[in-house]
Amino acid sequence: MKLVTAIVKPFKLDDVREALSEIGVQGITVTEVKGFGRQKGHTELYRGAEYVVDFLPKVKIEVAVAESMVDQTIEAITKAANTGKIGDGKVFISPLEQVVRIRTGETGEEAI
Amino acid sequence: MEDNIFQLQYALDTFYFLVCGALVMWMAAGFAMLEAGLVRSKNTTEILLKNVALYAVACTMYMICGYSLMYGGGEFTAFLSGIAGDGVAGASVDDRSTYAPSADFFFQVVFVATAMSIVSGAVAERMKLWTFLAFAVVMTGVIYPMEGAWTWGGAAVFGMYTLGDLGFSDFAGSGIVHMAGASAALAGVLLLGARKGKYGPEGQVNAIPGANLPLATLGTFILWMGWFGFNGGSVLATASVESANSVAIVFMNTNAAAAGGLIAALIVARVMFGKADLTMALNGALAGLVAITAEPSTPTALQATLFGGIGGVLVVFSILTLDKLKIDDPVGAISVHGVVGLLGLLLVPVTNGDSSFSGQLIGAATIFIWVFGASLVVWSALKATMGIRIGEEEEYEGADLAECGMEAYPEFTMK
Repeated sequence: MKLVTAIVKPFKLDDVREALSEIGVQGITVTEVKGFGRQKGHTELYRGAEYVVDFLPKVKIEVAVAESMVDQTIEAITKAANTGKIGDGKVFISPLEQVVRIRTGETGEEAI
Repeated sequence: MEDNIFQLQYALDTFYFLVCGALVMWMAAGFAMLEAGLVRSKNTTEILLKNVALYAVACTMYMICGYSLMYGGGEFTAFLSGIAGDGVAGASVDDRSTYAPSADFFFQVVFVATAMSIVSGAVAERMKLWTFLAFAVVMTGVIYPMEGAWTWGGAAVFGMYTLGDLGFSDFAGSGIVHMAGASAALAGVLLLGARKGKYGPEGQVNAIPGANLPLATLGTFILWMGWFGFNGGSVLATASVESANSVAIVFMNTNAAAAGGLIAALIVARVMFGKADLTMALNGALAGLVAITAEPSTPTALQATLFGGIGGVLVVFSILTLDKLKIDDPVGAISVHGVVGLLGLLLVPVTNGDSSFSGQLIGAATIFIWVFGASLVVWSALKATMGIRIGEEEEYEGADLAECGMEAYPEFTMK
């Protein structure tokens, strides 16, 4: 099992959600986050004075998937979240040791 | 029959005066919203409290001594003991007033509050609440009434010269109200210093964006509306063809100048910054209003639009210049009311032949020197006794917690 964590542009959240539903992903967790990457924030203007916004708002999506679904999931996210412009975000994949469904006590891929 | 017509005129003029006064009172709400919108959210409660409290202080102090200083001609009438309910009694037919004396007081008192409201914006986010209110007591009780006596009151300046004789004219108070408020504000800001973090060590100007631009926009609309009372009421009558015409022209010109100011400031800001800056557009509308206030009854609508437009251009450059001089004014009050207030005074002779440039200059200098000088003395005395600035940590935490112990938006706080 893998935990796929994607940081995407907030306005792309709906597209990503739809794409993941289409390939059969059962559940996702979404968090509003802030951060910066290589673009290092951006500048805004107020009454003639520029100021730097260091941390831009992004959305973090976490999906737990079975090994067989990993490539599909990554492809769905990268396709849906891609605008071709800077700040599109990243996808991180990490191993997932165990999953437990609280209601039934099921574990492993059964619980995803 | 003639008496009936007079009674009708008396009733109508009094009614008009009172409604205009209520409109000007509403400008206090406009200032409160504008300032609450342009400060950071951690200073919202405190700026709102300053605005509502200064209004109450102004009303009370003007009642205790301000009004009699300004219009009493040496007669002191604490709590208006000398104001009769009837403006006609004892007066001959020729010089009887067409409105109630207490209506005159009501109309005058809301102007004092306006002058004081200007100060609160400029010193926002760093001045101590009680020091500010202590200053409000002196400003509304003495400083403003003194210069008001020399101008609208017709008294000689310390017995030396009379401004009216020199050709000074200020219809609704570009100088007497707006520039006076800005002069007091400038004195305060110079002693107070800039907000922490506003100016960098190498002279760079850092932006401190306002928390709530919808509130700032609402505040500007409220001020724009209240200004019809401010300028329109200053005709002082409406119950005759002549005065009704004058009122209508004043309304039209006041509106035109605000529109001209907004368009000009918006375009200048767009050209200079590359983006349409809402706060500059709002300041532009107010600048247009201040510019026309000294004489809204003689220009044509085109002239009023142009005068407002000049004010709108001037205010943007003034705000940028004050920032270069490290005079930190979070809402642009000194530029809008002071710099453009002076412009308004100097534009009067363009359309009003009864005034003169020299008279306007002497009047402006008199108002500025008195209000700035007296304010500097009072602010300095307050600085030496109560202190005028909140502590560095309090400023970081916000004046809301430091001075009021409550936040404007507590539900957004992490618990």
